[in-house]
Amino acid sequence: MMAGLVRRLSGVVLVLIGVMLLIFVMLRIIPGDPASVLLNEHVSPATIEKLTESMGLNKSLPEQFWDYLKGVLKGDFGESYYLHQSVNALMTEAFPYTIRLACMAAAFAWCFGIFSGIISVIRYERLLDYLFRGLSLLGISVPIFMVALFLQYLLYYRWSLVPLTYDGSIFSLILPAVVLGWDSAGSIARLTRSGLIEQMGEPYIDTAKAKGLIHAKAVWTHALRNAILPVITMMALQLSGMLSGAVITESIFGIPGLGRLALTAIQTRDMPLLQGTVLFSAFLIALGNMAADIINTLLDPRRRWG
Amino acid sequence: MGMNDFWKLCIKNKSVTVPAIIIVSIMLLAVFAPMITQYDETRQDLLMRLVPPQSGHIFGTDELGRDVFTRILYGTRISLSIALFPTAIAVAVGTALGILSAYFGKWADFAIMRLADIMLSIPGMLLAMVVLYTFGGSLSSVYIALVLMEWGSVARVTRAAAEGILENDYVLAARAMGVRGYAIIFRHILPNLIPSIIVLFTVNIPSSILAESALSFLGIGIQPPKVSLGLMAGTSKQFLFQMPWLSLAPAGMIMLLSLSFNFLGDALRDVLDPKRRAV
Repeated sequence: MMAGLVRRLSGVVLVLIGVMLLIFVMLRIIPGDPASVLLNEHVSPATIEKLTESMGLNKSLPEQFWDYLKGVLKGDFGESYYLHQSVNALMTEAFPYTIRLACMAAAFAWCFGIFSGIISVIRYERLLDYLFRGLSLLGISVPIFMVALFLQYLLYYRWSLVPLTYDGSIFSLILPAVVLGWDSAGSIARLTRSGLIEQMGEPYIDTAKAKGLIHAKAVWTHALRNAILPVITMMALQLSGMLSGAVITESIFGIPGLGRLALTAIQTRDMPLLQGTVLFSAFLIALGNMAADIINTLLDPRRRWG
Repeated sequence: MGMNDFWKLCIKNKSVTVPAIIIVSIMLLAVFAPMITQYDETRQDLLMRLVPPQSGHIFGTDELGRDVFTRILYGTRISLSIALFPTAIAVAVGTALGILSAYFGKWADFAIMRLADIMLSIPGMLLAMVVLYTFGGSLSSVYIALVLMEWGSVARVTRAAAEGILENDYVLAARAMGVRGYAIIFRHILPNLIPSIIVLFTVNIPSSILAESALSFLGIGIQPPKVSLGLMAGTSKQFLFQMPWLSLAPAGMIMLLSLSFNFLGDALRDVLDPKRRAV
């Protein structure tokens, strides 16, 4: 298992360097140099030249990449053009908000998703199954901003149950968490349901039932243990996805997290900031992938000994 | 499963035909939009601003006096073009690379799959934002962003499927008889992959539609005067409390489209997978 882990780790490092290279090149194939875009037309060429030099833009691309790579390895993502702070500081400031939001959204998505998946199979092809299946399909089909606007209209404007936007309290994070967790809940419910149905067709369930086990209990005690593995994998991937910033949710509810930071970066054409947030997200996703893999190996005896 | 059996099973299956009919109807509405509505999607009528729903304007008008129903029909055109073209390109590129990866193996496999890993480890929204940063917000940059977002997972799936086909005895026999290269790919691998390709295409469509609408909603995707459903919802959200239909109606159209494609994709997958069909 250790050897496998080392191999995977080196693969992850390779992919992360690839991500860096790709993002670095993609952000630099635009015509025009960032320094003059930043300063607009009414400044003297000398000022532009000074800024170009201070941003290291007068060096060749490979040199710039090498400098950036060295910086990132030391944990330095450069300085934001627009906000005039280090990208690190901006991200460290934003990340706690995103963590809070992501954890609440994940808690909602997982509880609701797994629960409705199980109920769907216990009441297979009955009213509750149809209801939850419809809900989960709706969950993955509705644009996330529609959920947000609809719930804002209903819960804030009509019933005044929740604050409209984030005001610093945990209470005001409930609505954004539901909005963000909505489609994840849908995918979890669908995966739980299809996994359980597959397990319910296996011979060991027939045996258990022949020995007198009732349907609902077979679902809870036997099938769920085997069906939950892919669900756990998906959970790890979803959490890392949410942690990498929910651009829409954060911008609608005014949460100053990573997603908002990325949006600010693109609106103000702030290359180092955008580059930093994308890299950080890719790092989180890679971590999530590894976590999913390790959890799977630990939980599945066939893979542990295989 | 061959193509003929696949079609027969599809046509008999109500859960395939019903969403297919809805999708075709929406397509017809969008294509014949100029005949259905008497308004122009960009013409402003400043005397008729923010009119509530009434006869003549069934969804009312927006802040510039443009008929919302008309704009939804024209916005649907963009959504449908987003649904079809970039998704088709992503599926074609992904399939080609997946097959090459499976057939040639070794370094080609390594290079293609690592590239897919790299693409898939950047969250879709952020990858799209990098593309939009570089090329600016426009229809064609959204196309590029969607293709980059989607080809990787398609390549992974087709590679696995193609590897399965390559292990079949008839492929071994063909190889033993001296058939090689492109003949194997086009005569043996591709025809057997077509049903899976159709499913991949259908299940990727809703995510394309949703991604475009999200980017346009944020104001970084498609730019005015082009009409996009997401853009409409985004610019009208300031009137959410007084006139909720202005943003919820276009969002509802996006929902209807992606729901139908999701239903269709699910049904096609069930048709393809006998194990799921039996349950």
